Amino acid sequence: MSLRKARRPLLTAIAIAGLVAGAACSAPGSDSGTAPGNTGAAPATAPTCGAQPITMKAYFETGFPLPKRLTDEFTKQFPNVKWDIREDQFAVITQNAPRVLADDPPDLMRLPQVSELAKDGLLKNLDGYAQAFGWTSWPASQLQQMRVNANGQRGDGPLYAMGLNFSMTGIFYNKKLATRIGLTQPPATLAEFDTLLKKAKDAGLVPVNQFNGGGTGGLAFPLQNLMSAYGEPGPINDWIFQKPGATIATPANLQATQHLERWVKAGYFAPDLNSLDYATMMSRFIGGKSVFIFDGDWESGNLDKQMAGNAGFFLMPPAQPGGKRAAMSAPLTYGISTKAANADCAAFFLNWVATNRQARDIAVEVGGSHPMGPAGAYMPAVKQGTVTAGTLEAGATIGKDNGAMDFIANATGAIYAKSWTPQLQKLAAGQQTPDALLKTVQQDYEKQIKG
Amino acid sequence: MEPTTIGRRRVRGARRRRAAWLGWLFAAPALLMYATFVLRPLLLTVQYSFYDWNGVTASTWVGLDNYRQLLTDPDLFASIVHAFELIVFFSLLPVVLGLVIAATIRGIATSRLALVARTVLFLPQVIPLVAAGIMWSWLLSSTGLANELFSAVGLDSVTRAWLGDFDTALPAVGVIGAWVLVGLCTLLLLAGMSKIDPALYEAARMDGAGALREFFAITLPGLRQEIGVCVTVTVIAALASFDIVYIATQGGPGNSTMVPGLEIYYLAFSEREVGMASALAVALVILVLVCVLPIQRLTRDGSR
Repeated sequence: MSLRKARRPLLTAIAIAGLVAGAACSAPGSDSGTAPGNTGAAPATAPTCGAQPITMKAYFETGFPLPKRLTDEFTKQFPNVKWDIREDQFAVITQNAPRVLADDPPDLMRLPQVSELAKDGLLKNLDGYAQAFGWTSWPASQLQQMRVNANGQRGDGPLYAMGLNFSMTGIFYNKKLATRIGLTQPPATLAEFDTLLKKAKDAGLVPVNQFNGGGTGGLAFPLQNLMSAYGEPGPINDWIFQKPGATIATPANLQATQHLERWVKAGYFAPDLNSLDYATMMSRFIGGKSVFIFDGDWESGNLDKQMAGNAGFFLMPPAQPGGKRAAMSAPLTYGISTKAANADCAAFFLNWVATNRQARDIAVEVGGSHPMGPAGAYMPAVKQGTVTAGTLEAGATIGKDNGAMDFIANATGAIYAKSWTPQLQKLAAGQQTPDALLKTVQQDYEKQIKG
Repeated sequence: MEPTTIGRRRVRGARRRRAAWLGWLFAAPALLMYATFVLRPLLLTVQYSFYDWNGVTASTWVGLDNYRQLLTDPDLFASIVHAFELIVFFSLLPVVLGLVIAATIRGIATSRLALVARTVLFLPQVIPLVAAGIMWSWLLSSTGLANELFSAVGLDSVTRAWLGDFDTALPAVGVIGAWVLVGLCTLLLLAGMSKIDPALYEAARMDGAGALREFFAITLPGLRQEIGVCVTVTVIAALASFDIVYIATQGGPGNSTMVPGLEIYYLAFSEREVGMASALAVALVILVLVCVLPIQRLTRDGSR
């Protein structure tokens, strides 16, 4: 087919396409995202799921049994409520969240970082429910990360999501291997931890198998732990919450990044660090091929099952003796679409998860993390010596030291994939300096907030 | 196509005109699908590229700003350079290997081995790219088969996590692409070889040409069109690569395997910059056309 012969049908086809596209010729997008009445006014009475049969549309994360176990228990207690559950991997949920919330609104959905979703008017303002159910009397730190103000900054403003529980991160260790390097009680200072890492290396063990491959910069875990060892969690949270003028390139954070670089250069991480994914890290740790990993208590239940009695947990030790401890701690975030058909029932469910005895049992047993709810609420008994007991105890320490931080990967929607991950991979390969790393991340951050 | 040509040449004559409309009627369903699912998204992408839009809320007209940013962002530029490096692995390697393999298979055409070889070589085309990516990421991992083979022959010093090393990640991804595409090229070239008049080979042999001479004097010129198709398809595969890279490295380590296809995806779905993503997509389409059209011309004209 020569070009001349082709021209006419092609033009016709383009003309047809033009007609088809005609409807979309106006500017894409609309303001309709914000439904009227998303003010978060308190209802007169606390909402319920009623007595009529009702089907809740839910969108959960694949691979984590907690939400499904909770909805099953809920249906047992409230038989009129059925669940229509769709599941996807977290990365898929992250990418789909805006479109799903706008076009196919679920009543309850696992959420990624909420600031942009809230700013776009896609999430229901939960302030009314918080008042009706008394969530306002819970420790404020539990809900802080899910508050978003009108500028899209987190930390204050209306509540746009709720947790099923809240997780805690720190250092897991293999108890059998630990005895070989003389680890009998958790290190009290960063220097002691350094010594342990060195002993492990000298003993021919892999001190840390940390994932850092592909699109997942897992060195962000030890990095943020080191940041909290050298500095305060406050300024880190300000940066994550996008407070005006906040920067990640502080002197304390530079010290932390330099410390991480020393660990890399000393060979404390596995040599294939930059191709390790999360699943491989877990299988190596469970298989006894790693003394330590930096991870979160969502694995506690799993480790208690697969390494029964052989896994321990401690929080990152402070740089100075007797210093306060801090940890990344974040709620397992769920939200309600602005356009949800059964918002009241979803809110009732969220409140039930935090306050019902059976639900709190499930949150700890299956989820491995601390349930949400008032400070003195019922806590299920956990067997001493388990990892779950260790992480729950660490949660109490963090509460006492006021050391909860959100994750630096959650500062903006794209900061982890586009900035932390490639930068940390470069650091691991010796192709980036600590100073330039922090400055680059800060630049990307400012660009992303502006854009 | 026929009624149109006629309609164009002789505009007068009611019967001819009716025939032309009948032709359009038959083509209408396909045309409508094509317009809805190919042309419409294409035009919408062009439209979006002039806006700053997050995919949900109201958009702002920004004119050519997205394109301006495209030309000045070093990260985006680096991804385009990577795509060109991939051409070596996705196009050059499969076409050269394909020629050698096809010539060899043709030499043993009657034996059973030829059939087996053809099937085995074409198999990667049948396997979904995602599966190929996963399989190769195992083979290339630090404890994978590739490293075991190197260790077995005493080359412990070269073993590494191939996809996690800044120097080897892009070539490693390229090898996966070459493995997938070599079968396609071989098959196309084999088909082309069977079209070449055997009399030419006979004549050459009578003139005393060896196998090598035969290959360069008869096979290669005779395959001009097929090689053109192979190069076109594989260059497009290299420039628009996504699946293999996404599965094997997701652009890492440290953006060393970032390609435009992946960048578009990240821009649209993780950074939520639909306008910018569209602009890069449009630029990629133009880039592919700029690379492929000359190849088309080069390989077509000679055969006419």
